[in-house]
Amino acid sequence: MNILNDMRFRALCYQIGAIGLVAAAAWTMFATASDNLAKQNIATGFGFLARQAGFVISETAIAYQPTDSIARAIFVGIVNTVKVSLLAAILGTILGLFVGVARMSRNPLLTRLALAYVEVLRNVPLLLYLFLWYSLIILVFPPVKQALNILPGVYLSNSGLVLPAVFVENGAVLLALFVCAGVAAAILIRRIGQQRRIATGKSNHGMAIAALALLLPPLLLWMLGLVSFGWDIPQAGRFRLTGGLHVRPEFVALLFGLLLSVSASVAEIVRAGIQAIGPGQWEAAAALGLHRSRVMRLVVLPQALRLIIPPLTNTYLTVFKNSSLAIAIGYPDLVMVSNTVMNQTGQAIETIAIFMGVYLGLSIAISLAMNWYNARVALRVR
Amino acid sequence: MAETQALSLPLGAAKPPARRSGWFKAYFGTPLNSMISLASMAAIFFLGKLAFGWLVVNAVFSGDAATCKASSGACWPFLAEKLRYMIFGFYPFEEQWRPLLALTLFLASCLISMMPRFWSRALLYAWLLVVLPILYVLMAGGFFGLSVVPTSSWGGLPLSFMLSFIGLVCALPLGIGLALARASSLPAIRVLAVGFIEIVRGVPLISILFMATVMLPLFMPEGVTIDKLLRAQVAIIIFAAAYIAEIVRGGLQDVPEGQFEAGQSLGLSYWQVMRKIVLPQALKKVIPPMVGLFIGFFQDTTLVTIVGLLDFLDTVRSALRDPEWQGIAVLEGYIFAAAVYFTFSALMGLYSRFLEQHFRVTHG
Repeated sequence: MNILNDMRFRALCYQIGAIGLVAAAAWTMFATASDNLAKQNIATGFGFLARQAGFVISETAIAYQPTDSIARAIFVGIVNTVKVSLLAAILGTILGLFVGVARMSRNPLLTRLALAYVEVLRNVPLLLYLFLWYSLIILVFPPVKQALNILPGVYLSNSGLVLPAVFVENGAVLLALFVCAGVAAAILIRRIGQQRRIATGKSNHGMAIAALALLLPPLLLWMLGLVSFGWDIPQAGRFRLTGGLHVRPEFVALLFGLLLSVSASVAEIVRAGIQAIGPGQWEAAAALGLHRSRVMRLVVLPQALRLIIPPLTNTYLTVFKNSSLAIAIGYPDLVMVSNTVMNQTGQAIETIAIFMGVYLGLSIAISLAMNWYNARVALRVR
Repeated sequence: MAETQALSLPLGAAKPPARRSGWFKAYFGTPLNSMISLASMAAIFFLGKLAFGWLVVNAVFSGDAATCKASSGACWPFLAEKLRYMIFGFYPFEEQWRPLLALTLFLASCLISMMPRFWSRALLYAWLLVVLPILYVLMAGGFFGLSVVPTSSWGGLPLSFMLSFIGLVCALPLGIGLALARASSLPAIRVLAVGFIEIVRGVPLISILFMATVMLPLFMPEGVTIDKLLRAQVAIIIFAAAYIAEIVRGGLQDVPEGQFEAGQSLGLSYWQVMRKIVLPQALKKVIPPMVGLFIGFFQDTTLVTIVGLLDFLDTVRSALRDPEWQGIAVLEGYIFAAAVYFTFSALMGLYSRFLEQHFRVTHG
């Protein structure tokens, strides 16, 4: 038999050919790139990460000075990206649940209002909304010099909202330890209470005791004087406000834009998920004498969650990736910090590789976490 | 007890519930529902009053920047003066009939192609051999005495449409190829396809745009430069291909295995089975989600403004930054842009729903 007619031999040839093609393309690109870089006198490698950054980042969730390394600056960017996407995902989900419930209301007026809300958000690009919210903040609020002093210590101006900040003066580690212990105890108590209720059929005060376990330890620490708090009150200077907690307009515009877009997606996902559960489930549960809100919580939602989780995962991945639009309005997220680094060092390939790698890694982490949760709520087929 | 009492009443004594129209019950059936209705009405009335006051009552209909600055309403003269710039960007002013004609031709062709009864191979050839070349000649010039307009002068709405439409057209075969590769039985090819798709889907579009505009020139041999517009277009094609591949994969999984096996048992080769049996069935199923994807891409093209292309959102924004109008017509500009995006996206959304209905009717 001719070897060319052997299926396995052919398959092997195709695969070797494909890999060879990709490898050849990659090698050509690599060779040209290093050639070009050498001609333009641009260094290669990741050595630049240890160099001094030398630029200011307007919003830092962790301590950062321009004298810190570029690696630290990029880390600040990562923290900012995670901060805004996490907040947008949480707040957007809560808002989206309300809109989703409004979409399923039996009142036609409310249903249409919710539909209009979803459509207006979904049919206009997110970037346009970001620009719109940002310029509205700048236009509507007065400049810093005439900052509105709405409450003592609270200033509102077009450079953001400045609030008095609370910080832990001493005993921060102790406090963190006690809070963690409190959370663990609360979860344990609640679980025991639930099990006992199922076993005996009598209601108990598991939830209340759990709440106490959550709040009591930190309160005790504070009363014993082991932990003390301080206030950082903003001071109105001649040109700017110093001190306090500064919520910047870039952050607010980005958070607002992202959370609204999340809420529109969540509303549609929740509606589709709940409507997919047939009316028979509602009727059967109602026949057992359950109240409408209990039918929802105990019968319909657990089933709907299975349909809701996969598209919800996509929504969270999207909001995480969309947070990169921050660069358009100047919020220092990962992409914007990387862009600054790129302009300073000229090492475009390494910088883009770093931020693409970070996005990819975090996207995979989100997928894994959501898949784990999905497996927990999935139907167990016996 | 109450039940026995009710039973002991003579038949017909209980009053039937008052007949209310369905309309009334829907809005004011229960106290809570009435409250919701009233609150919704108040919200609609308030929003309507706000919009009417801004758009009509307090609006400025004629005048210039100074009159607009003095008024609190919408500034229509701004839209009138900047309309051509916002739609066509820096395209030479005397030649702007060309993008206008191109836009009209494009939208008309799209409208015709959207009707399922015209779907045929001839339509595909008409697009490739007639419509697209005419559009290109109209925009770029260089033939029939039309002056040459470099791509750096293209902008506005035609550019936004071009980036999303060409992006989808070129990404479609690429995406189908990737989907087939991902479903392939050859492990090496499958791994390559999965790697490409997952990497592209795991990173934001902006990073691919950065890669195309900043990194790509470094990978080119000396002396070779690629047009900036083309580079952004390539980025959008790559991005779109990965998402299309996932949608097509869903369609492929819906085609029963038996179809493939039946084709093979007839002696057809892999490509013949795919081209004649599997793909026609798979692609038909993915047309509605594909329209949905296209809406997303149309909105995502706004991102090219970050890498410095003058798409519609960018021309609107630079019209706002004109020193004469700065800070006066911000809301007007953005709301106009939002209205344009909304109109096209919502129409496409309607079309997607129509297609779903159409396929449900025609294919059981």
